[in-house]
Amino acid sequence: MRAALTALVLAFCGAVFGQAGPKTPDANVEARMKLLAEELRCLVCQNQTIADSNASLAVDLRNQIRGQIAEGRSDAQIRSYMVERYGDFVLYKPPFQGNTIALWVAPVVLLAGGALAFVVLVRRKRAAPDAPSGPRKAEITRLLDAKD
Amino acid sequence: MRSLKFVVPFVLFLVLAGFFAVGLQHDPRTIPSPFIDKPAPAFKLEQLHDPAKPFTPEDMKGRVWMLNVWASWCVSCRVEHPLLVEMSKRQIVPIVGLNYKDGRNEGVQWLDKFGNPYMLSAFDSDGRVGIDYGVYGVPETFVIDKQGIVRYKQIGPITPEALEKTILPLLKKLQA
Amino acid sequence: MIPELGHFALVIALTLALAQAILPLAGAATNRATLMGTARTLATGQFVFVAGAFAALVASFMANDFSVVNVATNSNSRLPGPYRFAASWGSHEGSMLLWTLMLAGWTFAVALFSRHLPERMVARVIGVMGLVSAGFLLFMLLTSNPFARLLPAAADGRDLNPLLQDPGMVIHPPMLYMGYVGFSVAFAFAIAALLEGRLDAAWARWSRPWTTAAWSFLTVGIMLGSWWAYYELGWGGWWFWDPVENASFMPWLAGTALIHSLAVTEKRGTFRSWTVLLAITAFSLSLVGTFLVRSGVLTSVHAFATDPARGIFILGFLVLVIGGSLALFAWRAPRVGLGGGFSPVSRESLLLANNVLLAVALAAVMLGTLYPLFLDALDAGKISVGPPYFEAVFAPLMAPAIFLMAVGPVASWKRAELPALWTRLKWAFAVAVAAGLILPFAFGRWSPLVAFGLLLAAWVIAASVVQVRARIALAPQSGLSARIAAQPAHWYGMVIAHLGIAIFIIGVTLVKGYETERDIRMAPGEKTVIGGYEFTFTGTKDVTGPNYLATQGQFEVRREGDIRIVRSMHPEKRVYQASGQTMTEADIDTGFTGDLYVSLGEPVGDGAWGVRVYHKPFVDWIWGGCLMMALGGILAIADKRYRSRMASHAKLDAALAPSKA
Repeated sequence: MRAALTALVLAFCGAVFGQAGPKTPDANVEARMKLLAEELRCLVCQNQTIADSNASLAVDLRNQIRGQIAEGRSDAQIRSYMVERYGDFVLYKPPFQGNTIALWVAPVVLLAGGALAFVVLVRRKRAAPDAPSGPRKAEITRLLDAKD
Repeated sequence: MRSLKFVVPFVLFLVLAGFFAVGLQHDPRTIPSPFIDKPAPAFKLEQLHDPAKPFTPEDMKGRVWMLNVWASWCVSCRVEHPLLVEMSKRQIVPIVGLNYKDGRNEGVQWLDKFGNPYMLSAFDSDGRVGIDYGVYGVPETFVIDKQGIVRYKQIGPITPEALEKTILPLLKKLQA
Repeated sequence: MIPELGHFALVIALTLALAQAILPLAGAATNRATLMGTARTLATGQFVFVAGAFAALVASFMANDFSVVNVATNSNSRLPGPYRFAASWGSHEGSMLLWTLMLAGWTFAVALFSRHLPERMVARVIGVMGLVSAGFLLFMLLTSNPFARLLPAAADGRDLNPLLQDPGMVIHPPMLYMGYVGFSVAFAFAIAALLEGRLDAAWARWSRPWTTAAWSFLTVGIMLGSWWAYYELGWGGWWFWDPVENASFMPWLAGTALIHSLAVTEKRGTFRSWTVLLAITAFSLSLVGTFLVRSGVLTSVHAFATDPARGIFILGFLVLVIGGSLALFAWRAPRVGLGGGFSPVSRESLLLANNVLLAVALAAVMLGTLYPLFLDALDAGKISVGPPYFEAVFAPLMAPAIFLMAVGPVASWKRAELPALWTRLKWAFAVAVAAGLILPFAFGRWSPLVAFGLLLAAWVIAASVVQVRARIALAPQSGLSARIAAQPAHWYGMVIAHLGIAIFIIGVTLVKGYETERDIRMAPGEKTVIGGYEFTFTGTKDVTGPNYLATQGQFEVRREGDIRIVRSMHPEKRVYQASGQTMTEADIDTGFTGDLYVSLGEPVGDGAWGVRVYHKPFVDWIWGGCLMMALGGILAIADKRYRSRMASHAKLDAALAPSKA
């Protein structure tokens, strides 16, 4: 069933309804629209941004964003317009909120942990005797590299 | 105790596997609608069959009703259509159509061909109202209560299973 | 008949794989040479039967045998020959068989090229690979039989998804799978070493060429996928941080860390348990990737049609293989002993820093990919994690790694002196800073991100030049060509792979910094200007392909302010006849300094169309850089020390007696 649904959704991605961008694009509006649309997920094809997708809904939403920019609405207002209609799922850049704290904080924690591990290991290695397997290692290398 | 750290990867993996096991029972494609338990967005549109007559959700105040988004170009609308026709025959609930991004003639012809379960269809040719309702996978169906609050949203065709298990009981409850 | 033979061959292959898993491992455990000796024969046999099954599948596709479900759903009598061939791995079932074929092929290669390894090691490596193979064969036979029959046969097939009807489909999956599955060799070596209780220089030496080979294939596989998406999907993107892309990228990151960590383990005997963990991780991530793509737990563009039974089987298999090896690691790794010491500034410490950064980046990518799944499993909401997150997290982690990458090869093992390093690299540093400050102006606009990207790339290139010059100048041979020839292939491989990273960074930086696009409505005769080129839309015409009808847009391209046409471009909108699906086929003018890219949107009436036009400066350097990385890997494997014959096994076995640490 899920496969059939997927097929339908995919078919919808390519449907022909006839929308397009503006006839004479305004460079500033286009640049702002693009930045916004790149952070929004197209719900029809689910794995494209609204900037990328050729789905009819994405074209509509790009025009919607253009219109709202022209009306002087802020980026935040446009984003919340989208969230009101499609939920948090529409934001490719998850907002920093209760259920995404771990997502945003973890990389910093991981990096700190990695840095700590690095320091501990380097200190231990500085104290370590030089290659306890020294002579054995030389032997192994000799044997590995020996040509007959 | 120093060797405890070597167990960490194993434990992490088990946690991950646990999440995978739970994840197998979820469908990542179903997205909860932000409209549930919120008032249905207001709009005013011409009717499909009669451009002179406007329709607005206000007209339905005091009744439980269904808003069904459809279009003549929508292949999967044909899948659920017989169910809607049957529901309208049995007069279970008034169904209002939202004819989404369609041509007037195409829409009317489609209804002539497959049957018209709608008490009326609002004509949303440019899809503005569709956007306000967060429509992305036609057909979609909203169940709206007497106060005009959205109680349920079906994305994609109504399946007999969804009708039986969710929609009909919900309608009964709301109509009581 | 042929499909039944294929099915039967799979059953025999499963039997052989089970024997290959049990007999040599038992032999190694009880020290029985006869049992250990079966490893190579069984591996060869398994390969022959899996290859036979694969040939049967290909034959069914080539013969349009629509009585096979797989063929009926993924091919069509009008599908061109090469795509019918590629359709063999276009479905879940077929791609599983391709995967298994690759695994059997790698095992066969180990059987062939392991004459110089101790018998017990070979027995264990091949045994572990047999175990993995048995799992996949069982999976196929129980849940995903590629030879299932359709009764009655279909009159014609439903056709291969038009997205997959592309030369990319012929080559991208095999390359990617070669990489994924190739890590099974490093994995098997790691498990064998843990079983043996020896993780030393010899083990690292043997693992290295296999790891590098797999990594090179994976690099090419990912690169081809990226390039394919770029020209096939019609919006000029080349990387989307889609879950399935991440699923291939995570093993790549682990493999990159592994290559570097193996170098330290071989040269200095250090980082042993970390190296073995990475070897397990790289292949485990390949397996997890398979699970993610085929179980439907994540939304992705690539997802195969999913089936919960398959998800459960693969998850069980994951728990067995990954859980089992990590348990073995927890049990055996504490005893492997420590390697030699090194000072805080040394090649070891730099490689350690590289590994830490790669590991953190890997963890961050994994977290971002799986976070929506975690939240959903906890019923804590549905969110999306996309490119903005990954770019914000990944780039800051990679920048220091790339900075250190230029220093590493210049630093000496064990102990390096900062002042000496500075003396050697100060000119490289000056060149890099100058490049970052000045070069962006050559492209018209200075921005901090472009400056930083170009600085990093210039830093890697300049430091490589310093290193190559010094090394060749110091060589004892007389004459420049003799000195050049005297350097080992693996060193050249490293230099070229690092330069590939620099080329890649240049591509990414310039295309991100300076790409321009137009998303507009064009009527015939209308013009638009982009990247110094003027595009005139002259209308459309209808063309007929082998199995599709297309509307072809006609564009004339001129340099701005010039009347001569430098190129005409013809993007298409295709409707595939068998499935009725539409496809956007972009037209791309590829150039050394950038691409022009046109794709057709939708018709909007009166002959006008929605059109998207892009100028992508230096975009091809992205894939060029990847190819250089892979080339570097291949050069490294070609090094003769991996082919040198070794002293007798007895002597080696004596020298490799379990360490007492």
